[in-house]
Amino acid sequence: MRVPLSWLGEFVDLAPGTTPEDVHAALVSVGLEEEDIHRFEVSGPIVVGEVLEFVGEEQSNGKTINWCQVRVAPEGELAADGGPAVHGIICGAHNFAVGDKVVVTLPGASLPGPFPIAARKTYGHVSDGMIASARELGLGDEHDGILLLSSLGIDAPVGTDAIPLLGLDDSAVEINVTPDRGYAFSIRGVAREYSHATGVPFRDPALALTVVAPVTRFPVTIDDQAPIRDRTGATVFVTRVVRGVDPTRPTPAWMIARLGLVGIRSISLVVDVTNYVMFELGQPLHGYDLDKLAGGIIVRRATAGEKFTTLDAVTRTLNIEDLLITDESGPIGLAGVMGGANTEISSETVNVLVEAANFDPVSIARSARRHKLPSEASKRFERGVDPQVAAVAAARVVQLLVELAGGVADNLGSVYNEAPAAQPILLPTGFVSGLIGFAYTGDEVRAALVDVGASLEEADGDLQVTPPSWRPDLTDKWTLAEEVARIVGYDKIPSVLPVAPPGRGLTHTQTLRRTVAQTLAATGHSEVLTYPFVSEQANNLFGVAVVPSQTDTDSTDGAAASAAPVAVPQMKVANPLDGEAPYLRSSILPGMLQIAHRNRSRGLVDVAIYEQGLVFRPVAGVSYGMAVLPAGAARPSTQDEAALNAGIVPQPLLVGVVLIGNDVRHQPGQAAVAAGWQSALAAVQQVALATGVRIEVRQGRHPAMHPGRTAELFVAAPGTAATVSVGFAGELLPAVADDYDLPAVVAVAEINLALVFAQAGVINTVTPIRTMPAATQDLSLVVAASVPAADLRAAVAEGAGDLLESIELVDDYRGAGVEPGQKSLTFALRFRGEERTLTAAEASAARLAGVALAADRFGATLRE
Amino acid sequence: MSVPSVPPEPTTPSDPAAPDAVASAQPEPLISEDAVNAAVDAALAAIAAATTTAALKRVRSEHAGESSPLSKLNALMRSVPGNQKAAAGKLVGQARGAVTKALTAREDEIGAIEAAARLLAETVDVTAAASAWKAGARHPISLLTERAADVFVAMGWEVAEGPELESEWFNFDGLNFDEDHPARAMQDTFFVEPTDAHLVLRTQTSPVQLRALLSRELPVYVVAPGRVFRTDELDATHTPVFHQIEGIAIDKGLTMANLRGTLDHFVQALFGPEAKVRLRPNYFPFTEPSAELDVWHPTFKDGARWIEWGGCGMVHPNVLRSAGIDPEVYSGFAFGVGVERAVMFRNDVKDMHDMVEGDIRFSQQYGMTI
Repeated sequence: MRVPLSWLGEFVDLAPGTTPEDVHAALVSVGLEEEDIHRFEVSGPIVVGEVLEFVGEEQSNGKTINWCQVRVAPEGELAADGGPAVHGIICGAHNFAVGDKVVVTLPGASLPGPFPIAARKTYGHVSDGMIASARELGLGDEHDGILLLSSLGIDAPVGTDAIPLLGLDDSAVEINVTPDRGYAFSIRGVAREYSHATGVPFRDPALALTVVAPVTRFPVTIDDQAPIRDRTGATVFVTRVVRGVDPTRPTPAWMIARLGLVGIRSISLVVDVTNYVMFELGQPLHGYDLDKLAGGIIVRRATAGEKFTTLDAVTRTLNIEDLLITDESGPIGLAGVMGGANTEISSETVNVLVEAANFDPVSIARSARRHKLPSEASKRFERGVDPQVAAVAAARVVQLLVELAGGVADNLGSVYNEAPAAQPILLPTGFVSGLIGFAYTGDEVRAALVDVGASLEEADGDLQVTPPSWRPDLTDKWTLAEEVARIVGYDKIPSVLPVAPPGRGLTHTQTLRRTVAQTLAATGHSEVLTYPFVSEQANNLFGVAVVPSQTDTDSTDGAAASAAPVAVPQMKVANPLDGEAPYLRSSILPGMLQIAHRNRSRGLVDVAIYEQGLVFRPVAGVSYGMAVLPAGAARPSTQDEAALNAGIVPQPLLVGVVLIGNDVRHQPGQAAVAAGWQSALAAVQQVALATGVRIEVRQGRHPAMHPGRTAELFVAAPGTAATVSVGFAGELLPAVADDYDLPAVVAVAEINLALVFAQAGVINTVTPIRTMPAATQDLSLVVAASVPAADLRAAVAEGAGDLLESIELVDDYRGAGVEPGQKSLTFALRFRGEERTLTAAEASAARLAGVALAADRFGATLRE
Repeated sequence: MSVPSVPPEPTTPSDPAAPDAVASAQPEPLISEDAVNAAVDAALAAIAAATTTAALKRVRSEHAGESSPLSKLNALMRSVPGNQKAAAGKLVGQARGAVTKALTAREDEIGAIEAAARLLAETVDVTAAASAWKAGARHPISLLTERAADVFVAMGWEVAEGPELESEWFNFDGLNFDEDHPARAMQDTFFVEPTDAHLVLRTQTSPVQLRALLSRELPVYVVAPGRVFRTDELDATHTPVFHQIEGIAIDKGLTMANLRGTLDHFVQALFGPEAKVRLRPNYFPFTEPSAELDVWHPTFKDGARWIEWGGCGMVHPNVLRSAGIDPEVYSGFAFGVGVERAVMFRNDVKDMHDMVEGDIRFSQQYGMTI
């Protein structure tokens, strides 16, 4: 809402020299937030001039320009720019005649742009200023010719300062009006708030008018057969008639200036007047050409398939919820949204029917949204218009049309007003102080409520508060409490820190989540936070579950399996910002790969990043959400609550890691260490360390991943021997890396932390450490190359039993001395007894027991 | 050195090692004090002159070895007459002791010098250390979120969480957003298909308020940090995906003064003891009274000034009713603030792009702390 200061000053006294900034500061204190300041951005000298003579001169381009002699100061005086009283000026327009009064911008003036005016040589003359058009002055769109003062009904002496004459010295503050304060979409409402903020008296324009009831009834019928949410579409419908309007009368300059400042273009006097009164009083108004109306007005809902052509010449198919203004010919207006072309005010209109109605906010909001026609009128109706201001507004329009358009007020009209009276609200004594935490006196409470327009009645020591008609948002004692706090001032509210009951700190899961983040950062990964929007293809590639490697036949079957397109269940955003990525991620990796690429494109070749975040994993065949939501303001039934929760798409917390380039860069005495599948697995083990959960690694398969360099990750399921697959790690398929413009080797890991955390013990337990001397032995076993080292290690450990304290893989040898297709794995074993030093024989026996199980399970043989 | 005088004893001619000088010094005693002293003096001089372990080894061999003068003198002991043996033995023994002691002392000295020299030779350029370690970093949004949560946890509040893809009931209806209210259209919401399933990417962390109230015993004091979504294009000050911290306290007798007290404590903990809070009237569907939360601090970028940071107010009675709580018995307050915005004015980040683009140089400036 924009508020011209001159207009505001009609209803409150603005101290001399009050600036827009002062007004902003006052309004913000009562909750009307500052947005902007609007000015005409013109500076003088700009004066009234009279065209004395002009000569048309044809130019080589075929255009004719006029070389004009314009009087800009009375004879014998100097012009406002210090120059002669008559200036020679070049003018390209032709809509004027000798003797016309025009607006002359003299050298030194400045027009919006900014466009400085100076004497300049043009078309063979020195043009000593410019004759301005309305648009050049910022007074509207008119640019067909220069502005003739006669067209504004102005005749001022030559040399008069045109800036105040045209209202160009005014400025407007723009404020943000919150949805509960519909009344502040009017100068009247803002003036009242300004009075609240500053204490200056408020003169209510609604009380300044004498409203005369029409004598002859214009037939109006409200026939709403389908109220929305049990609310009748129209509760007030006032009509007034003005006859004999002179369609040639211009809109006065001050009105054009004020409308311009509030952002409304001048159209015609009648339309301008209805717009002007809407801004002044907050009541949307519509003017009909009375002579185009057929019979009385009926307000009804549209019928299915009904069509209507609005003022903008668009024919619209209506919905049965649309509220219509109709006459015997059919629809003449889409209520509260836009009028019809058929009864539009035109340049021939002499008899005007003014409509001031009050429509149901919900009905208007839905129609405006449905037809994508947000308007100044619908904006006001959606937020609630004062139902008692309709008759005043209609009277104000009549007054202005009589005054400015030479019309005559007719006694024909209608006053339909079934607006429900505001219900009193019981405000118990002490409630406001109890809610706000400040001891308001009874006088303070009463004064504040009276100030906002409420009427009060004492009721057994409490107050019965009847809100004013323009405050439909005041519905209960909490809203009244806000008014009291607001009017007395939020700055009065003291600061009292409440004492919460003892808390339990972060949950175990919250702590683990932080530990994972800290650990990955401490081990060289940088945290990123990516958008969760991806393409369908990205989800179909990365959102696929990892599967165990199929060993021997892997190469053929695996390739075939990964080539088949997989449709991953996924959620699509209905109104995405990026049409290329309308889906919600089911994997955390695609976004991270884009980030890795961005870093690389900025010359950062060694990149290690991680992200913790939710992914969206609907289960195929399940329909999520809830078609009919329970109402608010009441606890949902147990069933509804369960349905609401069951309708939420699973959103597990994942952690992703992406590494490109080197883990360790080349340095003096240090060769570079390239990032690869092992870096991804190292990150996995860092997560395992952070959570205290053992993450097991097996050879795996994933369509986005290198077929031979992918690990499936497992954790033990609690209380069972089973394991749960929690993600994958390894290297991307080089072709996928290439799709993301990344180097051939991209190490990635993705772990479902929700599953990992579920296995994390809240209390970690340990076994006592043994302090007897240790016996260390090495063990080399030859097995088929396809046997996973982890499985062989597990067999040795299981066979060796309790005396084995530690077993580490130290070498994987293939080549001379080992059969092709075989490998020799060397483990370092450390044995230790619980209560005494082991003998060499005991350690060897345990070692051989390990070998025996490895031989049994995998055909392993000792390599001596 | 003082060596007690002993009677000379004749040397044995059969001793091949006996120096001629001694043999011919008749009738001097067989082991003369002068001879011993001379041998000791020579040994001590040689020890003192040795500067390396190798040199000292040679000195040891020459002056304390089997063929050293002192050893030869010692060998004469066999021939010393019985009545002189004690004195001669003492003379030689003390001499040998003195030489051995000097050798040991010198050995320690040279060892220390040589060790020091060896270490000096190992000198490296400490400014050119190779590192198998690389720098990682937390994201400042995460760090500030955790820090903010910790302020509340320290006051006994707990941290609550909820889904990002949320039911409209939790995001709107239950929070007193009427389905036709302009406020509902005001929030630029991402809907997911099918839209009649009423699932949205939450536009605020407030749905977690409701979830907390529905699932916890009263009183409730929780903060809910998290990601929220609005259909704003990314520019220098906006991003469609951003982070909020929401707080809600529901108890008997909570007031707007308690809200201000909580916010005062919060901003002072997060921005510094000089930070101040200002409340301005505003409108939110889920609070009544509602306020805009401005925060002031002398070190904010562009100087000390008020910055609009979030919204707050007393929890709307309809929100309490949505959670089955009687607003005549319980009251409470809620607030929500933007984390990106706080990082911008607290840590002087000038462009939102830096926070969403994932350039590792950005986070690495913060490292592990903010």
